[in-house]
Amino acid sequence: MRTPYHPSDEDPGGGSTLEIDDLWVRIGEKQVLKGVDMSVGKGETHALFGPNGCGKTTLLSTIAGIPRYVVESGTITFKGVDITHLSMHERARLGIGIAFQHPPTIRGLKVLDMIKLCNPQADAEKILEDLDFTEFADREVNKGFSGGEVKRSEMVQLLAQEPDFVMLDEPDSGVDLENIKVIGRAINILTQKDAKPSLRTKSGVIITHFGHILDYMATDKAHVMIEGTIVCSGSPKEILEQIKANGYEGCAACLCPV
Amino acid sequence: MSMSRLEEKAKKAADKKAALGTDIDIESYEAEAEEFGEIEALEMLPADVQTAALSAGVSLTGEAAGDYFQVDQSPVHRGSAVEGVEVMDIASALKEHSYLADYFWRLVPIDADKYTADVGMHPPAGYFIRARPGTKTIFPLKTCLFMGGKNKRQRVHNVVIAEEGSELHIITGCTTPSHAGRGLHLGVSEVYVKKGAHVTFTMVHNWGEEVEVRPRGASLVEAGGSISENYITLTPVKSLQAFPSATLAGEGAVATFSTIMYARRGKIDIGNQTILEAPKTSAESISRVVSTGGEIINRGRMVGKVPDVRAHVECTGLILTEKGRIYSIPELDGWCGGLDMSHEAAVGKISQQELEYLMARGLSPDEATSVIVRGFLDVEIKGLPPALKEEIQKITKLEEIHGGS
Repeated sequence: MRTPYHPSDEDPGGGSTLEIDDLWVRIGEKQVLKGVDMSVGKGETHALFGPNGCGKTTLLSTIAGIPRYVVESGTITFKGVDITHLSMHERARLGIGIAFQHPPTIRGLKVLDMIKLCNPQADAEKILEDLDFTEFADREVNKGFSGGEVKRSEMVQLLAQEPDFVMLDEPDSGVDLENIKVIGRAINILTQKDAKPSLRTKSGVIITHFGHILDYMATDKAHVMIEGTIVCSGSPKEILEQIKANGYEGCAACLCPV
Repeated sequence: MSMSRLEEKAKKAADKKAALGTDIDIESYEAEAEEFGEIEALEMLPADVQTAALSAGVSLTGEAAGDYFQVDQSPVHRGSAVEGVEVMDIASALKEHSYLADYFWRLVPIDADKYTADVGMHPPAGYFIRARPGTKTIFPLKTCLFMGGKNKRQRVHNVVIAEEGSELHIITGCTTPSHAGRGLHLGVSEVYVKKGAHVTFTMVHNWGEEVEVRPRGASLVEAGGSISENYITLTPVKSLQAFPSATLAGEGAVATFSTIMYARRGKIDIGNQTILEAPKTSAESISRVVSTGGEIINRGRMVGKVPDVRAHVECTGLILTEKGRIYSIPELDGWCGGLDMSHEAAVGKISQQELEYLMARGLSPDEATSVIVRGFLDVEIKGLPPALKEEIQKITKLEEIHGGS
């Protein structure tokens, strides 16, 4: 089997974990990302806002390396390594983790075995307990799971994987308040929110539409994406308030007070 | 039927080609077999025989309700660990129990084809297993049909009788040593499940690449009884053709077939049929087959003769390589109104989405493929005792099938 991934204390990328430089991506014939620049510092968690179809999911999928997202130009650098053309599993082994919005059912594979595949050294029992998921240990991955169960299953796998950079695509969509709390707790563990900010090494990006999840987790910075480019970056609280007040049209027209 | 009448019928069918499968020149395999003496304990078997048995799912250690071990045509060991369960070689059983004549060649016609005829025209070798009324076994009866010699023709005839209210779990490993050359295995199995009895009958074929295999099996299930038949082949054979049949003759009888096949090379024509001829009977046939170059014909047939019966066939296959063939044939034959039969069939490739999902967790494409294939083959087989379930899981997790190559 594969060599388990060991989180490393080294920091070849200087202060930033992820650097995206002028990234152009298409799916089939459709140009989706049009020159995205983004930088996520070590220990930081960023939020990504934007209207439906603006390219948020495409950005995360491209960082994860899903093959149908074709990089035309630009680079993705992770911990100092150019990962633009690495395969998915190589990126995962370097420390990139992603929660899927609509993951497939894996027939015959139990949740507990999936945890061991993510990381043979993981404390499966504790992770399952933390996410109130123990009774699902022997269930087939995602088979017959409700919306909230799918989200918790994804978080269980990520907690086992212990990525240095975690990507979450709408972890709060279609989920009740109880589940949002549990998921927020998991995200805080993944992004080391229990440690002093200066000691944190794990980073992440989260896509959210309504920002409910932000009541239960901490974010350092937010970005607004419109039509394949990032049009604004800044304080999560401030940006969310402006979106709530003026909509994404307001962002596009740059109605924020200077 | 008298023995002389049987012999006569067999002789007439000596050249009768089988309905399915490639035709085999029986005479190109030696009819005579070297005789092997009995051994006192299974541990005395040579190491390579033990290894071959193990790879066919028959571990010689661990708890068992009994065992039967045959090398070529010689029964070398048999025994029962449970009172009320009889395990004998069929030749001795025929001499000792006159009633056995009523069961011998009743479910499988001796003149079905030239293979049954060939078995019928030679001295019988095989096992006889009988559970007395109400006897329930927890641990499996482990049986092994081992073909040791090169160019041999192995002929087997097994009879199983589960009397009223009894319970039997039988695993039969059919196997050769790893270095074996060409060979032909002909096996007849007749299984009688009386009222309220439950039988699981698991057959693992683990032959060499030059072996041709023609099992002929049939079972009869009376009211309230159930049979669960499982057929597993994960290593290459030259050709394998089998189409066992179950007849549900009494009200409420249940049959479940599970088939797991993995073909790198060779030709497999596998399937089963259930004849539902009593009300409230039900049957399910589930097969999961994988080709990485071999050819698999995958059949599942249900014949509903009376109203108020239920049957379902599921034939699914994965072709993992550019070459390879899977031909899925689910068949539903309803003879009256008021019955309920359905099927689902699929032949395809591994889902790209599933691969990507596992790769996002750090698995290489090969590792992800093997996880998906193992999951696909991990059919939930109902009614198996845990010990046997573990044995079967071990087989489907064999290192050889990792990576799908």
